Amino acid sequence: MSNPAWVVLVGSLASAACALVGCFLVLRKQAMMGDAISHSVLPGIVIAFLVTQSRAPIPMLLGAGALGLLTAFTTNALERHGRLQPDASIGVTFTWLFAVGVILISAFAGHVDLDAECVLYGEIASSPWDIWILGDTDMGPRAVWILGAITIANLVFVTLGYKQLKLTSFDPGMAAALGINVTLWHYLLMGFVSLTTVGAFESVGAILVVAMLIVPPNTAYLLTDRLSRMLALSVMLGIASALGGYWLAALIDGSIAGAMAVVSGMLFALAALFSPTHGIIAGYIARRHAIASPE
Amino acid sequence: MPPWIDFFTFRDTNVRLILAGCILLGITAGVIGCFALLRKRALLGDALAHSALPGVCVAFILTGTKNPVIILAGATIACWIGAIAIDLIARYTRVKEESALGMVLSVFFGAGILLLTYIQHSGNAAQAGLDKFLFGQASAMLDRDVWTLAIAAVLMLAAVVLAYKEFKVVSFDPSFASSIGLRTRVIEFALATLTVLAVAIGLQAVGVVLMAAMLVTPAASARYWTDNLARMIVLSGIFGAVSGAIGTYVSYLGPRMPTGPWMVVAATVVFAVSLLFAPRRGLVARLLLLWRIRRKTADENILRTLYLEGERHQDMDTACSMANLLQFRSMNAARLDHTLTRLAKQGYVREPSDGMFALTPKGVARGARLTRLHRLWELYLTRKLELAPDHVHDDAEEIEHIITPELEARLVASLNDPAEDPHARHIPPALGAGSAAP
Repeated sequence: MSNPAWVVLVGSLASAACALVGCFLVLRKQAMMGDAISHSVLPGIVIAFLVTQSRAPIPMLLGAGALGLLTAFTTNALERHGRLQPDASIGVTFTWLFAVGVILISAFAGHVDLDAECVLYGEIASSPWDIWILGDTDMGPRAVWILGAITIANLVFVTLGYKQLKLTSFDPGMAAALGINVTLWHYLLMGFVSLTTVGAFESVGAILVVAMLIVPPNTAYLLTDRLSRMLALSVMLGIASALGGYWLAALIDGSIAGAMAVVSGMLFALAALFSPTHGIIAGYIARRHAIASPE
Repeated sequence: MPPWIDFFTFRDTNVRLILAGCILLGITAGVIGCFALLRKRALLGDALAHSALPGVCVAFILTGTKNPVIILAGATIACWIGAIAIDLIARYTRVKEESALGMVLSVFFGAGILLLTYIQHSGNAAQAGLDKFLFGQASAMLDRDVWTLAIAAVLMLAAVVLAYKEFKVVSFDPSFASSIGLRTRVIEFALATLTVLAVAIGLQAVGVVLMAAMLVTPAASARYWTDNLARMIVLSGIFGAVSGAIGTYVSYLGPRMPTGPWMVVAATVVFAVSLLFAPRRGLVARLLLLWRIRRKTADENILRTLYLEGERHQDMDTACSMANLLQFRSMNAARLDHTLTRLAKQGYVREPSDGMFALTPKGVARGARLTRLHRLWELYLTRKLELAPDHVHDDAEEIEHIITPELEARLVASLNDPAEDPHARHIPPALGAGSAAP
């Protein structure tokens, strides 16, 4: 495979993994939790790096997963026991953890082969050269394996937990009445969001993760009313953003991750304007029509 | 002189400059953040801070300079566009406001990164340091940066003082504000503009990512200490200033220590202290209160059980064993033991024989009052709210601990000083009403 193909594949896998869990964040009105978790996993990654002195994926996933859950717990605790409003609970929690992460990076600058900027916008362009070598075999880019595994994990999670996730997202009261543990599914989802975030982190960076978690699912939300279609559509929109982003980045010689976020935003703008069911123009015409011919 | 003392002589002009910049920034963000917090827009700062980045880049691409006024203008315009985009998405599509925040944040920031890398790759020599806007670099602040910051901060604080009343009404009750003829859209726009400006002036010192914290954390901390908006604003400004000073101090001591993140950590420490120790709203104060209420409830439940037993046997000297009491009250034996010991010490309960407990005259009086309140309330619920007599006990069980003498007087007046409750039981008369407890 050529390098551009690998880059697009990495971007598509990251987008697909994010879109699968992102749909539920959006439906639960917890989109900003995605932003919070993608920032607050930073100290977890740095600590895992300091402990193992390498970029081994498993300790990083564990470190980031732990920090992601810590964010979800802290936000919840501040809200319930600290009587803080939800948006402020999120704001206080993740900025603090992110600040600690940046401080750790500066303090151990000599020992950590990470820099905060790379964390923010990732190094997707160099992912084809970061090869996983098993024994003597060249297995291809490491990022493809990591993100592929996470995409499959998310797919399994969403498929097996489809009913529970759907019910707890749309009607938590009903879900609880049916005997579904709402809290458990909340934390399971947060756990998978953390895993996805950190898996995508190294290759595409935190900000693209936020974009891919929130933007394609919201675009899909404007195009359909069915959850299964929303999931499929947001995965496709994520892949389209990866392709378009690669092209845009090549065109003006800029960051691929940044360009992917921009393209996903453009796709959202198109859907917001032209969606046949929930678009602004369709809504305007429907209103005009209703005024012109009152039944 | 060791550096940790040397800092406080403020001889170093650079230290003075950075300190002044960070303190001003802390005050401004703290003050403006209060309104964002009260309007439940705490994360707006985060979204706007991220969306400033493309503005910074475009301003640089167009002019080729890093003049702070031009950069500030670019950042402000981009933030504005971001704010308007959030408003439009939330208003005209079915996407929720919270999702709109996240989308604007990530897409604008992505655009900023794209432009930033474009500038870097285009090899413009003057671009060096533009990426400092990501995390900020207070130590790179120049004279002109601090002066720009100072003038902007003074103007913004003046705006808050001048429009204080309008901002207050819109923050607490927008519909009331429009009903008294205030133009809420204009005021909301002014508040959003102030948030945008606060973000923009903070970019250079703290960076886009952490500027959000300076808008949320001091305001959230101040909220724990007071219910008064003016005091909250002053406190939040002080917390912001202290965080700015501590951030500067730490980065002065450790050359590799970044100022912005340390400001955020300092602000979070202030927040943690507020969360725990603020009077009334703090966690410790609330736990203490809860503990006191629980203790009082346990005390009064035992007193009332003993009183009811006395009433049943028509002898207030009736003694009960612990096993006896546990039949009526679900609490564990150890807790009952503690409660009885405490009541004995306070002179409400005596132990006529080993393991048997009875009320003292003081205990009888308090038991009678509780029973009176309980039955008055039951009667009130059945007579005035027309609840069935078998539905009123649980409610009375809770409220008997809370009713004040004033409320008692009003209950008595509205029920015409009744003698019997809905279960035809005698309501003990008020203390000092002449007749002693039976």
